[in-house]
Amino acid sequence: MNATVLNTSAQAPSEAANDRFVELRGVTKSFGQLQILGGVDLTVRKGEVVAIIGPSGSGKSTLLRCINQLVRVDGGRIWVDGELMGYRQQGNRLYPLKAHEVLKQRTEVGMVFQSFNLFPHMTVLENVSDPPNVIKGVPKAAARATAERLLSEVGLLEKASAYPASLSGGQQQRVAIARALAMDPKVMLFDEPTSALDPELVGDVLDTMRKLAQSGMTMLVVSHEIRFVKEAADRVVFMADGGIVEQGRPDIVLANPSHERTKRFLGRLL
Amino acid sequence: MSALQYSEDDREIVFIRRRPYGQWVVAALLIAVLASMAWSLWTNPRLERGVIAQYLFSEQILKGVLLTLELTAITFVIGVLLGLVLAVMSRSANPVLRGVSWGYTWVFRAVPPLVQLILWAFLAALYPRLELGIPFTDITLLSADTNQVMKPFVAAIIGFSLIEAAYQAEVFRAGLLSVPTAQSEAAQAIGYSRWQAFTRIILPQAMPALVPPSSNNLITLLKGTSLVSVIGATELLTSVQHIYSQTYQIIPLLFVASIWYLVMTSLLMIGQRRLERYYARGRLAVGGEQH
Repeated sequence: MNATVLNTSAQAPSEAANDRFVELRGVTKSFGQLQILGGVDLTVRKGEVVAIIGPSGSGKSTLLRCINQLVRVDGGRIWVDGELMGYRQQGNRLYPLKAHEVLKQRTEVGMVFQSFNLFPHMTVLENVSDPPNVIKGVPKAAARATAERLLSEVGLLEKASAYPASLSGGQQQRVAIARALAMDPKVMLFDEPTSALDPELVGDVLDTMRKLAQSGMTMLVVSHEIRFVKEAADRVVFMADGGIVEQGRPDIVLANPSHERTKRFLGRLL
Repeated sequence: MSALQYSEDDREIVFIRRRPYGQWVVAALLIAVLASMAWSLWTNPRLERGVIAQYLFSEQILKGVLLTLELTAITFVIGVLLGLVLAVMSRSANPVLRGVSWGYTWVFRAVPPLVQLILWAFLAALYPRLELGIPFTDITLLSADTNQVMKPFVAAIIGFSLIEAAYQAEVFRAGLLSVPTAQSEAAQAIGYSRWQAFTRIILPQAMPALVPPSSNNLITLLKGTSLVSVIGATELLTSVQHIYSQTYQIIPLLFVASIWYLVMTSLLMIGQRRLERYYARGRLAVGGEQH
């Protein structure tokens, strides 16, 4: 399986960079005996919002983690903006990138987690300003100014000097979005961003994500918020058992799924 | 019999507090006992308060205090750094690094400090000369007589540091375990390097769990330095022993030592409280309302 993937052209995704802004080819991943991803192909246009839905254990989260290199793929390749993630390809050989090169690639891919994972010992402002300051060497004052602008965009500027523990889950998640945006990423990955929230707090987070989508950010969103998928996503991808079962425009796939597996899943969800 | 009685006028309501008479009695008894003990000690002529006052700030004692502090500070710094390395090794994916860390802690926690101290002081009996060279060649870079190097102070620092490192390694290991792995994952996802993530994200969050046991180790170490009296480094206890071996004023001089240990320990405890308060930031619900 690996060999066939590697023999395809390495340069293909750069031909029409904006149509293949994020490109996954034959991505496989197993944990021990358990196969999580069984050769996933996915292409995302620049500025496209792709919602990924599917039953738990279908590999949605692992897919996002592969893109951000939190998980090392077993086979296949991933490109973001024409750049091969994690490896340098020479002929049909893939050489692992050096640690600092991987870090640079990670800064280009923003990630928002289900459990927010803000840094509890830093204020809200520091959570957003510290990464660009420390990682990219942006001067402190500039990083703070950017952080303040981002916080006001997510509606939380007045919480700048508070610590995360004093914020509601919805507020924390919006700070987490601002923190990811502070690194000026090319792509934003959302791993079930509203699953850990009380129902009345979901709306603010989804509004923030909707605004981000309208601003032209390329987004991959694992979410079961059907209203968000319908209204904000350009495409919905249904995954099951480590593969993509079907994908298409949300209004079509959600209303009229063509696969039995999708029908059953949506029937339980709606 | 009516089940409920509603008062006509709410202004009549008066709350009566329950009074903890039992606690008051016990407290009074404790005060009486402690006061009588203090009085009996204070008025005991064999305490020789004059001798305590005479030696408390004498030059020999102050030099001993200084050496105790030096020994403690140097040992603790080395122990903390080495302990941190051992703790990081114990989290490594490499089984050799994990094994070495485990073996180190095993050995240096098992052998009593007194035994190790004497062993280091008598290292010359095992290795008469210390040489630094390139292994498996005849090239020697440095060479020295072991007894010239292993002065009591050096032996004490080596012995205590190695033990301290083993204890601190365990403290760090526990502290690092207290930080959720999601935190290092989040740091990694943003693009922090491993070193940046460790120093900026993980370690500060481990501090609340690290400070109390580390302070405990430090205080134990401070008092443990009195063991060096057996190898002849002139720290506080040894200085005291030197004096009373000539004057036979054993009790007052031991009180002199105790007073100094009490003072030094108290200062460390104040430092500990401050550190704890500093690292508790963010753990309180609202930044402005700290209790």
